[in-house]
Amino acid sequence: MSKQRQFGLESREKKLPDFSMLLLSVGQNQDKAAFADIFQHFAPRIKSYMLKLGSIDDVAEELAQQTLLKVWRKAQLFDPEKAAASTWIFRIARNIRIDALRKQKHFFDDDYDLEGIADEQENAENKVSREQKSLNVTLALSALPKDQTRIIRLSFYDGLSHSEIANQLEIPLGTVKSRIRLAFGHLRKSTHLESGEMA
Amino acid sequence: MSIHHHLSDTTLGAFTAGTLIETISLVVASHISICPDCRKRQDQLENIGGIQLQFAEPEGMSSDALQKAMIKLGKQELTPVFSPADTSPLSSSSGTALSFGNPEVPKPLRAYIPDRLEDVEWKPIAPGIKYFAMEGLKTANGTLSLLKIAPGVNIPEHGHQGIELTQVLKGSFRDEIGRFGVGDIADFDSDIKHQPIADTNEACICLIATEAPLKFTGLLPRLVQYFSVM
Ligand SMILES: [Zn+2]
Repeated sequence: MSKQRQFGLESREKKLPDFSMLLLSVGQNQDKAAFADIFQHFAPRIKSYMLKLGSIDDVAEELAQQTLLKVWRKAQLFDPEKAAASTWIFRIARNIRIDALRKQKHFFDDDYDLEGIADEQENAENKVSREQKSLNVTLALSALPKDQTRIIRLSFYDGLSHSEIANQLEIPLGTVKSRIRLAFGHLRKSTHLESGEMA
Repeated sequence: MSIHHHLSDTTLGAFTAGTLIETISLVVASHISICPDCRKRQDQLENIGGIQLQFAEPEGMSSDALQKAMIKLGKQELTPVFSPADTSPLSSSSGTALSFGNPEVPKPLRAYIPDRLEDVEWKPIAPGIKYFAMEGLKTANGTLSLLKIAPGVNIPEHGHQGIELTQVLKGSFRDEIGRFGVGDIADFDSDIKHQPIADTNEACICLIATEAPLKFTGLLPRLVQYFSVM
């Protein structure tokens, strides 16, 4: 039994296009059809991401629009060796969300994909594409205990702070933090194993 | 610079998710800008954020949303790709170069304090302790202090609610947890009580952010608190 089947991801994976290829094509050729595919998948999800922080429907939709337009403008900077498409789009959406919905500075370097991350462990032999790594993390995420995935979701997708998560789930803040630590520990272990890196 | 103390998973996770308050975020960003290890861990966490987004439940957009976007595409100014020559380590003021290596003042801080620490105009607030007020940041839910602590002087013992982050910019300090040198970050959770002391013959300059006001006793701490929220 393949791992993908085991975690019930195979069908979901099959339906999704290769967003890295699409994003590359947008960057290199200003490919509007590829942009439309990215838009159709991500805009409704970015809208729901924006809605979670309590923004009203119109605002959430507008922020989703802004995010996708920024994807279009910055697509030339996208490098599939440095980030999976979903990671790259998440960064843009998150930064817009902090600016607009939290109304505070975000301190992320908007263009840092250019510089990339010094990744000494990643030599040519065991280079695994970022999309593949991302799939490995997806598999590892789906294998986590439910209480851990729930907290990861509330934190990264619903945008709740750790104390807000504690309130919502009616558990102590310390428990939220220890579940996060456990989850990250598991993820790190399994994704290192999957990609052949040393922990 | 070798860094021995890093950000905790929970702090880095909250930063990556974008849920930290501004003052804490600034200190996190300052550490990450000089720490390849934490940068790499942040990268892995952003990967998780991307996956959450990619597989999320969609929320219906209005029927003409794509059409609206397509009309705007032609009017967008594309962000140019810089040639590698534009991003040499010397051009750190270009705003794109990352400052791994050994800058005295990490890049995210440069909007708030002088580029060189010797140019900082300190205000004495207590024997052996000087303070610099950083302006332009939201401090409503926490505190942010840049402190210069003379050799052998310690910050009074205190506990805190929420996160306390201390990034060392110069010199070093020691407390019950360990020794923290340039580049190190002390990432303490609530219910830790500690009493940091500048432990060499050089003054220790450090940036301290807290999530909620420190629980001090005594006059000096109240002064520090007072200046922190100014
Ligand atoms: Zn670090």
